[in-house]
Amino acid sequence: MPYTAWVGTAWVGTAWFRTAWFGIGVVVLVAAVGLSIVVGANPVHPGTVLDTLLGGGTAESRFVVWDQRLPRTAAGLTVGAALGVAGALIQAFTRNPLADPGILGVNAGAAFFVAVGITFLGVTSPSGYVWLACAGALVLTVAVYVIGSAGGPAAGPVRLTVTGVAIGAVFAGLTTGLALTHPDTFDRMRGWSAGSLLERGMDVVLPVLPLVLVGLVLALGAARGLNSIALGPDVARSQGVSVRRIQLVVLAAVTLLAGSATAVAGPLVFVGLVVPHVVRWTLGTDQRGIVLGSLLLGPSLVLLSDVLGRVAVLPSEMPVGIVTAFVGAPVLIALARRRSATAL
Amino acid sequence: MTRNALNRMSPAISARSGLVGLGVAAIIVVLLLLALTLGDFPVTPAEVIGAVTGRLDGLPRIVVLEWRLPRAAAAVLFGAALAVAGAIFQTVTRNPLASPDIIGLANGSFTGMLVALLALGGSWPLLTAGSLVGGLLAAVAIYLLAYRGGLHGFRFIVVGIGISAMLASVNTWMLLRAELETALFASAWGAGTLNAVTAATAVPAGICIVVLLVLLPPIVPAVRQLDLGDDSASATGVAVGRTRLTAITLAVCLVSVVTAVAGPIAFVALAAPQITRRLTGSPGIPFALSGLVGGALLLCSDLIAQHLIPLTVPVGVVTVVLGGGYLVWLLIHESRRRA
Repeated sequence: MPYTAWVGTAWVGTAWFRTAWFGIGVVVLVAAVGLSIVVGANPVHPGTVLDTLLGGGTAESRFVVWDQRLPRTAAGLTVGAALGVAGALIQAFTRNPLADPGILGVNAGAAFFVAVGITFLGVTSPSGYVWLACAGALVLTVAVYVIGSAGGPAAGPVRLTVTGVAIGAVFAGLTTGLALTHPDTFDRMRGWSAGSLLERGMDVVLPVLPLVLVGLVLALGAARGLNSIALGPDVARSQGVSVRRIQLVVLAAVTLLAGSATAVAGPLVFVGLVVPHVVRWTLGTDQRGIVLGSLLLGPSLVLLSDVLGRVAVLPSEMPVGIVTAFVGAPVLIALARRRSATAL
Repeated sequence: MTRNALNRMSPAISARSGLVGLGVAAIIVVLLLLALTLGDFPVTPAEVIGAVTGRLDGLPRIVVLEWRLPRAAAAVLFGAALAVAGAIFQTVTRNPLASPDIIGLANGSFTGMLVALLALGGSWPLLTAGSLVGGLLAAVAIYLLAYRGGLHGFRFIVVGIGISAMLASVNTWMLLRAELETALFASAWGAGTLNAVTAATAVPAGICIVVLLVLLPPIVPAVRQLDLGDDSASATGVAVGRTRLTAITLAVCLVSVVTAVAGPIAFVALAAPQITRRLTGSPGIPFALSGLVGGALLLCSDLIAQHLIPLTVPVGVVTVVLGGGYLVWLLIHESRRRA
């Protein structure tokens, strides 16, 4: 049924519809978590997995489940939730459906710092990349914010967007230049920049977890204000919303969320782009719904993609960043075709 | 720019546009002289002028006209083509983030090139063909998937992003699986490089670009109306769907020609129109001026890549840093002026 037909029916937008949507969302997420624990390159019988989770199992199954799959699932949950919500915020805030969490320079900054770390500091492990990526994301977002908002809120989100793209481009160029002239850096960067959850243990996830939680709280707090901003800054002001304050909160949240996610898994931009679109087109345009829906859908996409990547090209594995595009893009295209497309 | 478009601007703005145009044209001339003079074989500026005007024979003439001129001229023309394509995309979609880079052309060409290189062994003509086919296939796929009784700007972009993301993933995967040496070579091409440009490739590409650019002015007034929104444009008698389709097809062709010869040179299409808009202070994006700025940007980047940087880097890397840096500088300057 075309979207325009069922958007007019009485039950869309009702409390019942929203409850059903979130109910399905929770079921999908739980299924994704389950699959992520049960499926992998090391075949362990689902019964053994359950047994191991309850404290039994063999030494090998304990290693596979407790040391490999559970940390990796935790990483996927964290990254997916952070990116989904960051994408929802940045699209609402810039009022640009093309915006992804990378727009503020998060990925470019993280990648540049990681490349510098590999080339000049000899950093070679995911736990070393975390801090470099965090620092890079933070430095570049602050630069984008300072330059992009210098004209005051009146300058509008377009200025911030263009600034983000421009600064991001400069650093992406520097990173490419560095990689192309240093084969060893190139070799490691092509792995990092694909975006992967391989070998992401709790030593990588735990340090960024507080950052993600703070980011999520900020995001939920800003959602109502974003509803007003969606009507334009002037309307927002007339409704008593401080555009400047919402701007700061949103940017802080996006930096924390996208920065942490990139630090853990490398750049997975497409998650932050596709998830909010899918939620908006199925659930409706209330920003509170979009943020909560993205919180559910983001981790589902990342975990399901990761599971697919583990088994798609055995005995090696396909990085999750590559799989997300193949899972997410067909959905995005199908929805874009169905919808009598309004942008936001 | 057509007279029609000029008339609609205030006299102050068009005077400023004229000054900017003259300035950028002068910069291009100086850069061209530099490009023909600099290099391993020493040629004086006087010899360059002699060679170009035909008053000089011998080795300097060969160096200037056959070695250096094709590359320099290609830089200007390619930059202009990319910038005009970007201006079309940004105007038609009314989105400063829209550029041919975003909607799959660049990634499609890179996929085609990678397939030609990794699966078919990859001589230069094969790489060129691969990238041309890849880019056009991506564009056609996006057209077909986005076309529903007309080409809606937003749906077109979203479908483009989807296809683009999948192609980018394919590229990443192929690069991950390739030998390091091969992956490095492919990545340098994927950043966009003028190293392989010779007269044999530059001349046909240049002719295509000039022909495509000549086709543009008649549709510019209608394209400008699209900038006001579909409803306003229809109200002023513009056939919205056909205008958009024609404009986007022109832009796609311009980018494909450049990409086939030089690889997907990133960011010129996105940055040049934005830089031009800020230089002229005009509300819309000036097409002709964007072309000039794009030409200057690419030529300048290529000179830096060839002569200022000791290591061999593809011009695309320099373009991104230079264009992005200049745009940032303009943005800072703009806020100071406003404050």
